[in-house]
Amino acid sequence: MTRQVGAALPHESAVGHVTGAARYVDDLWPNVAHVAHAWPVQVAEAHARVERIDAAAARQAPGVLAVLTADDVPGENDIGVARRDEPLFPTEVCFVGHAVAWVIAETEEQARVAAGLVRVECEALPAILSIDAAIAADSFLTAGDRLAKGDAAAALRTAPRRFDGEFAIGGQEHFYLETNAALAYRDEDGGMFVHSSTQHPTETQEIVARVLAVPKHAVVVQCLRMGGAFGGKEVQANGFAAVAALAASRLGRPVRVRLTRRQDMVMTGKRHPFLARFRVGFDNTGRLVALAVQLFSDGGWALDLSFPVLGRAMFHVDNCYDLPHVEVLGRVCRTHHVSHTAFRGFGGPQGMLVIEEILDRVARTLDLPPHVVRERNFYRTGDVTHYGQVVRDPERIARIWAELGASASFEARWAEVAAFNAGSPNLKRGLAITPVKFGISFTTSYYNQAGALILVYKDGSIQVNHGGTEMGQGLHTKMRQVAADGLGVPLEAVRLMPTRTDKVPNTSATAASCGSDLNGAAVRDACDTLRGRLAEVAAEMLDASAADVVFVDGRVGVSGRAEPGVPFCEVVAKAYYARVPLFAAGFYKTPEIHFDWKTGDGKPFHYFAYGAAVSEVEVDGFTGQYRLLRTDILHDVGDSLSPLVDRGQVEGGFVQGVGWLTTEELVWGGDGAFLSHGASTYKLPTLGECPPDLRVAFLERAREPGVIHGSKAVGEPPLMLAISVREALRAAVAAFGAGGTVELASPATPEAVFWAIERARSRSPQPILARS
Amino acid sequence: MAVAFLLNGRPVNAGPAGSSVTLLQWLRARGLTGTKEGCAEGECGACAVAMRRTDALGRTFYEPINSCLVPLAAVHDETVVTVEGVGAGTLHPVQDAMIRAGGSQCGYCTPGFVVSLFCEYYRPGRVGYDPESISGNLCRCTGYRPIADVARGLPSPEPDDPRLSELATPVPPRTRVESVDGLERFVRPTSLDDLFRCLSAAPGDATLIAGGTDVMVGVTQRADRHPLLISLAALPELRAFAVTADAIVLGAGLTLTEIDERVHATPDAAVPLLGQLLPLFSSRLIRNRATLGGNLMTASPIGDGPPVLLALDASVTLASATGRRSVPLRDFFLGYRKTAARPGEIMLDVQVPRGAPAIQRFYKVSKRVLDDISTVAAAFALDLTPDGRVARLQAAYGGIAATPIRATALEAAAAGRPWTRETIDALLPIAATIGTPLSDLRGTADYRRAMVGRLLEKCFAETAPAAALAEATG
Repeated sequence: MTRQVGAALPHESAVGHVTGAARYVDDLWPNVAHVAHAWPVQVAEAHARVERIDAAAARQAPGVLAVLTADDVPGENDIGVARRDEPLFPTEVCFVGHAVAWVIAETEEQARVAAGLVRVECEALPAILSIDAAIAADSFLTAGDRLAKGDAAAALRTAPRRFDGEFAIGGQEHFYLETNAALAYRDEDGGMFVHSSTQHPTETQEIVARVLAVPKHAVVVQCLRMGGAFGGKEVQANGFAAVAALAASRLGRPVRVRLTRRQDMVMTGKRHPFLARFRVGFDNTGRLVALAVQLFSDGGWALDLSFPVLGRAMFHVDNCYDLPHVEVLGRVCRTHHVSHTAFRGFGGPQGMLVIEEILDRVARTLDLPPHVVRERNFYRTGDVTHYGQVVRDPERIARIWAELGASASFEARWAEVAAFNAGSPNLKRGLAITPVKFGISFTTSYYNQAGALILVYKDGSIQVNHGGTEMGQGLHTKMRQVAADGLGVPLEAVRLMPTRTDKVPNTSATAASCGSDLNGAAVRDACDTLRGRLAEVAAEMLDASAADVVFVDGRVGVSGRAEPGVPFCEVVAKAYYARVPLFAAGFYKTPEIHFDWKTGDGKPFHYFAYGAAVSEVEVDGFTGQYRLLRTDILHDVGDSLSPLVDRGQVEGGFVQGVGWLTTEELVWGGDGAFLSHGASTYKLPTLGECPPDLRVAFLERAREPGVIHGSKAVGEPPLMLAISVREALRAAVAAFGAGGTVELASPATPEAVFWAIERARSRSPQPILARS
Repeated sequence: MAVAFLLNGRPVNAGPAGSSVTLLQWLRARGLTGTKEGCAEGECGACAVAMRRTDALGRTFYEPINSCLVPLAAVHDETVVTVEGVGAGTLHPVQDAMIRAGGSQCGYCTPGFVVSLFCEYYRPGRVGYDPESISGNLCRCTGYRPIADVARGLPSPEPDDPRLSELATPVPPRTRVESVDGLERFVRPTSLDDLFRCLSAAPGDATLIAGGTDVMVGVTQRADRHPLLISLAALPELRAFAVTADAIVLGAGLTLTEIDERVHATPDAAVPLLGQLLPLFSSRLIRNRATLGGNLMTASPIGDGPPVLLALDASVTLASATGRRSVPLRDFFLGYRKTAARPGEIMLDVQVPRGAPAIQRFYKVSKRVLDDISTVAAAFALDLTPDGRVARLQAAYGGIAATPIRATALEAAAAGRPWTRETIDALLPIAATIGTPLSDLRGTADYRRAMVGRLLEKCFAETAPAAALAEATG
C-alpha cells in the first residue's frame, strides 16, 4: 500500500506558491467590486491623553468615505483578549504610532492623504520606555508568579561557589513576509464575512462580534493561508479584522485593511525583550547546586499573551538540566512600547537562553569546557522539573548529545579549532554544542482541543476541514496525509478547505507547535468514524466481516484476500443510497494535562521535544563581523509525519533563531519611537547568514506514543538550536582573550561581538556582570 | 501618452501613469497578485519581476528587478515577465525544482525567488552556482537551504526552450516617454539636449531619477510625491564606458551590474577595489537598477561607492545646458546629501585614474554579509616602495561623517613611513580624530570611531610584507 503519512511530500500549496496562483488575503480585493481602503491615524507620542480628534478636514478630502473613531463602534470598543485593556480606538496613546482613528476612502492614496489631515490634540504624559524604568516605577501587568523546587535560598548559602548576574535579552520582529491584512464585507445573507490573515479565526470572529455587538453566528472568519505568522498573528490580527468589519458594516461596502511594512512593524508586538537577574550556586565540577532567577519581560502597553509567554519562559529555565534547588520568579512589565506578543517559542527561547548563559559563565569561571559542564547537568531518568512534571525520555538528551557529537566530529573539531586559533591572531573560530528540551502543549490546558469536519461526496472526493490555520508550516500538507491514510485514498482525492469558523467552531489558535498533534488527531477521529460506517457497507458488498475490511489506495478490500476489492467511490455511492451519512466530525483533547499556577505544580506538557546543534563560527577581531561555517543538527521529531515539511521546520526555525540571536536588533529611540521599522534597518538573515554546510538529521527510534502516528511537534523547538551559534560566537570571542567569562550582549550583532572582544582582550580583574 | 509594454508575452496598455505609481502597485491592482509586496523598499525581493536586457556584448537575457521601486511609466516599451508568466501554462523547470526541493513554506517570498531563479536559469555565461542570484530575496520560513539547492542544481535550458527565441532579439534602445496622470508627470528624454530643455522648462520642479532605487524609496516609504520626475535612463550620453590612457570612464547612467560586466570583459579596466566593492553593494536585484551616478549624486554618507572612488582619486564630469566641468570627487561632497552639482547639472561620468596604487582593500562593516547598508565602509589604495615604505596611501571612509571622506591626515602621516606595526600604532591616534561619527540604529558612534582605526589595522594585517606581519604578531 502507498502510505501517505511519513512520505516526503512537497507543501500542499507548492504549485500555487511557485506560480503565484496561491492567494493571500490582500490578493483578493482586486477581484471584489467597490472595495474601500483604510489607513490609520497614528500619534507620534509614547504616552498621551487624546483631548480631541478633529477629522473635519479629512472628511472633506477627496474620496473619503469615513473617519472611524470610538463613536462609530456599536459594541465594545475593546479588542483585549486576556483582559479588556486594548481599546480599538483609544483615548490614551500608549506607544509611538498608536492608531487612534482610521480613515476609509475610495483609494489607499486618498485614505493616506486624508489621515494626514486628521488633527489629534494630545496632552503628553510621562512614558516608561524600558524594563528598568518599569521596575523602578513599579509598572507591571502581572502581580508576579513563582515556580520552585527544593530550597534555593538555603542551598545558595551553602553552595561551594556562587555568583550573581544580570542578562538582558533582545526581542525579535516577526517579519512575516505578508503584513497584517483583512478584507471584510456583508455576505449575501447580511452576515459579516471577514478574510483575515489570522492564526486564530475563532478569536478574530469573537472580537469582530464584540466590536459589532452581534452574536458570533453573524460573523464568519476565513483564513485561506498566511504569508508567515510565527505567533505574530495569534492575537494581533484581530484588531485589523475588527477595523475592516466595522468599516464594512458602517459603509455597506467591502473594506480592505492592509498594513505597510512600516505600519506593521510599528503597530504590532514582537518577541518580548527580557531581563534576567540570577544567583547561581555550583560546585567545582560545574554541577549546579542552586539557582534563583527573576525574569522580567517587557509586555508593552497591554497584557495580550504576555502572561503565558512569561510562564513558558519560567517553565524553560531548566532546559535540559537538573536544577536541584531552584526558584523562578516572573513578572510582566508594563511599558509604553507596542504590546509584545507570541513569537515561535513563546518565551521558551528566553528562558532557555538564561540557563545557557549561566552555564557558560559557570564553565568559564571554572575554566572548564562549556560542553562538559552542560553534559554534567543533564536530566536523568526519574528527574522532576521545577513545576512538578516528571521528565519523560530524559535519556534522549544524552543519546542525542552522543550521537550528534560523534556525527559532527565534535571532539576532533574542538582540537582543530584550538589549533586554528593558536595560529590566527585576528580571526578566531568558535565551536559549541547546545541542547534543546521544549514542552509541547498549550500551557493553558483548555486550549488543547481540536475539531475536524470531513465531507465525502458521492464521487468519492473528500473535503477536509479542521480548526488549524496554514501559515507555511505545512499543517495542511500533514492533515491531507493523515486524511488520505485515514480513508485509504490517494492524496488527490482529498482537498483541504480554507479554515473557516462556520465549519469547525470554537477552535484554538494554531500555535504552541501542536497544530498537527491536535488537528491531526481530530481528523483521524473523523476518518475513523467514516471508515467504520463505510466498512459496514463494504462488508455487505464484499461478503466479509466489517472488521476485515481494509481501505488502501482508493480501493476497499478484505484483509487477507488477493483480489483488489472495489473502488472507494463505489462504496461511497452505495453508502449514499443506503442512507449512510457521508460526513463526520472529529474531536480530540490532549489527555492528562493540567497545571495550577497557585501551587506551581502539575503536568503542563504532554511530552517534550528534544534536539541539539553543533555550530562553528569565524569571527573577525577587527570588526566583530562573523560567519557561520557549519551547523550540525540532530532533532527529535518522533516518527515524522512529513519529512520534507519537518526538515523545513527544523532548518527554518534554526535560521530564524540565528537571526534573533545575531543580526536582528530592535532599536527604539529615546522618545520611545521604534526606529528599526523596515527591511533596510532591521536585518533578518539572508542566504549569507546561513551555514554553507548545514547537516540535519532526525533522531531515529523516536516514536512518540500517544501522538498522531507517533510524531512530534516541530514548529517551535528547532528555533532554540540557534543558541549553539551564540555560544560558538562566545567561544570565538573568548579565544581573543586569556580566559574568564565572556560578556556578550544579545543579540550578538557584529558591534556587540566587537565590544565583547575588546573586553576579552583587556580583561578587567572583575567580570563585568552588569549590562553596558 | 499611454504607457505600453509587453507583459507575459502580451502587449498591454497601462494608460497614463504619473510619477508615484509603481509597477508593483499596477500589477497587483490589475489582479496579477502573484507578485508580492514585502517591504516596498527594495530589500526583500518578493516583488521581483524579470525584464529583458541586452548587454554590451549583444547578449539578451532576463534581469530580475524590484518592481516596488520602478515607476510604472519607466516600463514603457519594456518586456516584463511576472511569476504568472514564468511557466506560461506549464511548470517551468525552476518552478518544478522549487516544488521538489521543499523551497516554499508560507509561499509569500516564493514568486520573487522563482523570478530570480528564472533569470539565473537563462543568464548567459552561467557557470555553476552563484549565491548572488538569490541574494536580494529574503525568506523568513525556509532558512534558504532548499532554495540554494535549487540554485545550485539549475540545469541548462533545452535547445527548444521557447524562451530562447524571445531572447534572440535584442532589446531596442529606450524611447522617449512623456506621461501625465493628474498632477504628476513622468518624462524620459532621449538626449542631453532634450533633458536640458525639460529642465529649463520646469525649473525647480523636477526630480531626476536614474535607477530609482533611492528616489522611489522616498516615494514608497516617505510618501514623497514628485510633480515632475525626469528619468535619465534613456540618455546615451550617460552610458559611456572607455579605457583611455589616463582613466577608466564609467558612464553615470550605467547600472552597477553593467559596470561589473564591462569591467570583467575589459582586462585594462580591472580595478581591484571595484571588484571587491560590487559583490558587497546591496543585492543583485538592486544593482540591476542602481547606477553609479545615482549612488554619488544622492551623496549618502553611507553609500558604498564613494569610499572606493575617493580612494581611487576619481573625478566626476558634470554637465549642464551651458557646458561641462570635471570635479575631483574629494571636492564633490559638500555636506549631508549635498553635492557640488549646481541646479541644472547632471553627472555624465566618473573618471577613475589609471595607475592607482596597486594594493587595494575595500571593507564594509554591516550587520549582514549580503544585501545590507554600511555602518562603516573603508577603502584603501596603497603603494609601497621596494624597501617597504609607504609611497602612496589613499584612504577613504563612509559612515563616519556627514559625507564620505578622504582620510587626508592619515595619508599625510603615513607617507614615507615603513609599513610596519609601529607606523600603524602611530597612525591610530590620528585615525581616532577622523570624522564626526554619530550613533544611529546601525551602530554607535564609539563603534564607528573604533572602526576607523581597526579597518586600517585590518588593511595592514592583510597587506604587510610577511616580515612586518610576523613582527607584528610575534
